[in-house]
Amino acid sequence: MALDPDYLEYPHRSYGMDHDRYEWSMLSRRGPVAWPGGAGVALWVNLAVQFFPLDQSGKPFRPPGGMGTPYPDLRHFTLRDYGNRVGLFRCLDALDGAGITPTLSVNAAIAERCPQLLERLNRRGDEILASSWHMDTLHHGGMPADEEAALIERALGTLRAAVDAPVAGWLSPARSQSRNTPDLLADAGIRYMGDWINDELPYPFTTKHGELIALPLSLELEDRFVIQDNLHSEWEYADQVKDACDYLLAEAEATGHGRLLALSVHPWLMGQPHRIGALESVLEHIARQPGIWSASASEIVAAWAAQQA
Amino acid sequence: MRDDLALYDYRPWDERLPIRWPNDARVAFWVAPNIEFYELDPPPNPQRKAWPRPIPDIQGYGTRDYGNRVGHMRMMELLDRYGVRGSISLSVALCDHHPEIIELCRERDWEFFSHGIYNTRYVYGMDEAQERAVIEDSVRTIAERTGQRCAGYLAPALTHTERTLDLFSEAGGLYTCDLFHDDQPTPIRVRSGKPFVSVPYSLELNDTIVYVVNRVEPRRYGEMIKQAFDRLYAEGEWGGTVMCVPLHAYQVAHPHRIRAFEEALDYVTGHDGVWVTTGREIAEHYVEHYYQQALANRGAD
Repeated sequence: MALDPDYLEYPHRSYGMDHDRYEWSMLSRRGPVAWPGGAGVALWVNLAVQFFPLDQSGKPFRPPGGMGTPYPDLRHFTLRDYGNRVGLFRCLDALDGAGITPTLSVNAAIAERCPQLLERLNRRGDEILASSWHMDTLHHGGMPADEEAALIERALGTLRAAVDAPVAGWLSPARSQSRNTPDLLADAGIRYMGDWINDELPYPFTTKHGELIALPLSLELEDRFVIQDNLHSEWEYADQVKDACDYLLAEAEATGHGRLLALSVHPWLMGQPHRIGALESVLEHIARQPGIWSASASEIVAAWAAQQA
Repeated sequence: MRDDLALYDYRPWDERLPIRWPNDARVAFWVAPNIEFYELDPPPNPQRKAWPRPIPDIQGYGTRDYGNRVGHMRMMELLDRYGVRGSISLSVALCDHHPEIIELCRERDWEFFSHGIYNTRYVYGMDEAQERAVIEDSVRTIAERTGQRCAGYLAPALTHTERTLDLFSEAGGLYTCDLFHDDQPTPIRVRSGKPFVSVPYSLELNDTIVYVVNRVEPRRYGEMIKQAFDRLYAEGEWGGTVMCVPLHAYQVAHPHRIRAFEEALDYVTGHDGVWVTTGREIAEHYVEHYYQQALANRGAD
């Protein structure tokens, strides 16, 4: 028995990446990034406003947080809906109390399902970035490009009609992309996306329709990943976020280079009454630190982009 | 398939002649950073999928790429502060993709050993000539790109055949990190008949196993390292033990994890009687001083 000979061929074994989407670059070798006010760490808190459909296809995989028991999985459907009814308002109060700016990633289906929620968010004036149609419309390898283009157009068209400010950011459900996603996003007028988790600062991303900016939304420090996948407690989550905040501030100070703390928060998770205190504790800790610049995702992208040659 | 590859003999923990490390250290402590390249679109292996999601699995790929873009530098500076030279299990294609990282390791006089070509190429299903080609490629690449003779092997993604260690010994290898049966080096039976040993490489303290498989909380990982050290240090009073911490910058170097690891490293290296060393140095010391003795004991059984 032997493998096909091509298994021992390495066509991309050469300098740089094994694809042409972005340049190979070590964070430590880039020019310094400075944030407004001399802050060491830019803070992006992303609140997920999501719809998980009861009739989930689960294709090509179950979205994280999706339905998990046989139809009709009212357990998970309502636990997720809790976020939009209750949890989100607790999270926004916690953010407002700490003086921290949220950014909201919104499934466009929210515009149809609860327009009054989107209207309230629009009135608040927080940045809204697009997160496809709902959590079961995964963008994935093997997806026909015309189907994906229509999905992106529908989601962006719906959100842009409902939101006054420009919708310039994108977060794919489950951070999943097809080979075409970046091209289609750039073509649809998206400026930055949070899907790629390979960095701790924005970086330029090549598409067929010009440059996108990747703004990595940390997975390893995401509430859902820590609490739901790793089964750590909400207070262990709080410790981890505080440790990350302190570490990045110290690194920014030591290097003189700005850093980014990107927190992905799910109101259906952290907005539960037994968890909201842990989120408040995190936000209060961060807000107390000198050297934090709390900003919307677009503001962070703009500040970074203005410093690129 | 066989019920045991009979790579080593049974030898109870309390029936060994004591090992003495240089300067009578109780514990030989080594840190093994995995410096890896995972391909976005590798050819399929019939026995193992490279990525759980359809290609492009940007989440899995991005997770690993983070180590190269962000993590290694952070981890290197930390190891520098505590006087630890890494023993790198290297996806040798990284010499081509990211030579800057190789140069940073060379500046630090770190040891390079083979972890295959890419961590997305598995040896399952290879015939002997194919696996030999992979091993010889990795040994040759390390020699050409780092100037080092590759002494150690950790199979790519821990994928093996029955012949893996035989082939690595024939390619000039001295030690393997693939066996987790002991806290001391062990002579390994290979068909070349040349001296060849297992150097303990703790999968239990491997950050990826800790964080991804066992889903341990970061501060708890620091405590695990300290507790393992305390026990190996205490037992090392009688005969030298080995402690290995295998790392992946894409796990341990995250801002929410690295401080807890630093505290553990500070604790371990703050003790007297710790030989902070590399895999090769442990293997060479053992082969020079204890290998023949261990073989003689084997004959006496």
